[in-house]
Amino acid sequence: MSSTTNTPTHHTSTIGAIGAPSRRNTELALLLFAVVIPVFAYANVGLAIDDKVPAGLLSYGLGLGLLAGVGHLAVRKFAPYADPLLLPLATLLNGLGLVVIWRLDQSKLLQSLPTYVAAAPRQLLYTALGIALFVVVLIFLKDHRVLQRYTYISMFGALVLLILPLVPGLGANIYGAKIWIRVPGLGSLQPGEFAKIALAVFFAGYLMVKRDALALASRRFMGLYLPRGRDLGPILVVWLMSILILVFETDLGTSLLFFGMFVIMLYVATERTSWIVFGLLMSAAGAVGVASFEPHVQQRVQAWLDPMKEYKLSQAGVAGHSEQSMQALWAFGSGGTLGTGLGQGHSDLIRFAANSDFILATFGEELGLAGIMAVLLIYGLIVERGVRTALAARDPFGKLLAVGLSGAFALQVFVVAGGVMGLIPLTGMTMPFVAYGGSSVLANWALIGILIRISDTARRPAPAPATNPDVEMTQVVRPS
Amino acid sequence: MSELTLTVMRLGFLAVLWLFVIVAVQVIRSDLFGTRVTQRGSRREAGRQQQPARQQAAPPPQRQQAGGRQRRNAPSKLVVSEGTLTGTTVALQGQTITLGRAHDSTIVLDDDYASSRHARIYPDRDGQWIVEDLGSTNGTYLDRSRLTTPTPIPLGAPIRIGKTVIELRK
Repeated sequence: MSSTTNTPTHHTSTIGAIGAPSRRNTELALLLFAVVIPVFAYANVGLAIDDKVPAGLLSYGLGLGLLAGVGHLAVRKFAPYADPLLLPLATLLNGLGLVVIWRLDQSKLLQSLPTYVAAAPRQLLYTALGIALFVVVLIFLKDHRVLQRYTYISMFGALVLLILPLVPGLGANIYGAKIWIRVPGLGSLQPGEFAKIALAVFFAGYLMVKRDALALASRRFMGLYLPRGRDLGPILVVWLMSILILVFETDLGTSLLFFGMFVIMLYVATERTSWIVFGLLMSAAGAVGVASFEPHVQQRVQAWLDPMKEYKLSQAGVAGHSEQSMQALWAFGSGGTLGTGLGQGHSDLIRFAANSDFILATFGEELGLAGIMAVLLIYGLIVERGVRTALAARDPFGKLLAVGLSGAFALQVFVVAGGVMGLIPLTGMTMPFVAYGGSSVLANWALIGILIRISDTARRPAPAPATNPDVEMTQVVRPS
Repeated sequence: MSELTLTVMRLGFLAVLWLFVIVAVQVIRSDLFGTRVTQRGSRREAGRQQQPARQQAAPPPQRQQAGGRQRRNAPSKLVVSEGTLTGTTVALQGQTITLGRAHDSTIVLDDDYASSRHARIYPDRDGQWIVEDLGSTNGTYLDRSRLTTPTPIPLGAPIRIGKTVIELRK
């Protein structure tokens, strides 16, 4: 910088020095913050329930801090230019989920249930496994473009994962939805959570190749681009698949998630609004069609339309009805704007699944509208960073994959939160990161790992060093 | 535990939760404006040179002595202005940029008219950016003319590869 007569090589390196910052220290600071908040919440729950700081506070704080630290070091080593927000946001949600699960473990009412197990230690174990999977993804997935080679293998894998719960002897019908498999010695597993990632890989690889045909060959009609009949093939196949999931596994959430993810990626790949219109029409037609003959779906719709009636039927002892939808709404209502305070609500009255499908009701009651808004905003920020990663990615496959993964994440949050709050019929899915459940925690940490890998590739200054000009001049240029 | 303590903790927790969200948004903000700060810094630094800026395609003999002038007009980024990747920018930091359909290219072109290793853009010894066609099937065009030899790129001149147009900007 001292003079204008720098050597030319110095010139280029001067500009190179103004590189994109890696922002790892920002991530570390945010991560510390994200560990402190759940520890505060943990102490708060203990003080509210037992009048004393819980004994496990230090070990819980250290455990969560250690896990977050391992994640951070892995990012620092293997993805140094990755987005600084994804890891702290996911850590905070996971930590808050652990606290609320622990808080529900303390409930006398839930402890008296025959199905009671102390869920918090298990969830901590799942979190550790999730972070381990996250680190494994970062170590072994050096470049997300490698996944493109496995486009059709991932389609096959996703189909196998989706069909597994229907295999006799392996699948388990738990509470009306057949989305589980029992692994001897390990407990039950929800393969759909992992199928989500495999399908995103398949859709990204497939749409990258086919998008020109889908985008350009169309006629314009009433302001919409109508695709040719034969181009409707893929969307019909995915639609049929999600309908089959709905019929055979009786799970509205999974079905909606996969079809929605495909429509989002189709829209991003082709920039045609008509695909969204088609997607909405097809999913509405499919849902109405299936609901006309499937009793499990019908019952969910009834409970959604009139939760109070459902509650009364359940209180009267009519089998097959559940009072939970109404109870969740009451929980949100009694929370009010600022909530009852952690550990002081009565969301344990929901009893069964209070710490998995209905965990959001506890957040709503004890943290109130203000708290649940913050939690939903944190989910929103994760999705925003995913979409931002897609914008920054330089290769079409990475763009589509990032959009697909963050779209699936957003849809899952919408489907679960909407179900619990009574906006849409309730489904059997779990809130990513906060709800109790091993498959969900593992799969979502893997998802965050892939997003971090894509964002690292996207934000990394191009790795090729400046070539020596002398070599350039004498180099033989072969046609490729 | 007294009612007051619990109320303070409850409100305190909500405040801390929101503080986290606000801090996260601030990080996003600084991320957005990060590149602009970099640019301003380099421009001010270039302004300090007090050199008149006129030419961008200076002939090679002059370029050696006119380092400051070069720096003033040095492009800082490559922008895709047409095609499926419109809006993508790559910071120019002395590295070679490869374009083509191959997965390991810096800019992966998703274009039927592009070859797998189509072209590359690199700085020569004086920091002048050069575009070179790597024997592509359909050719690389600088303005209207098809490239036959490595050619210096004037600022803002469109380089066309199939349906994609890129240019260098300050």
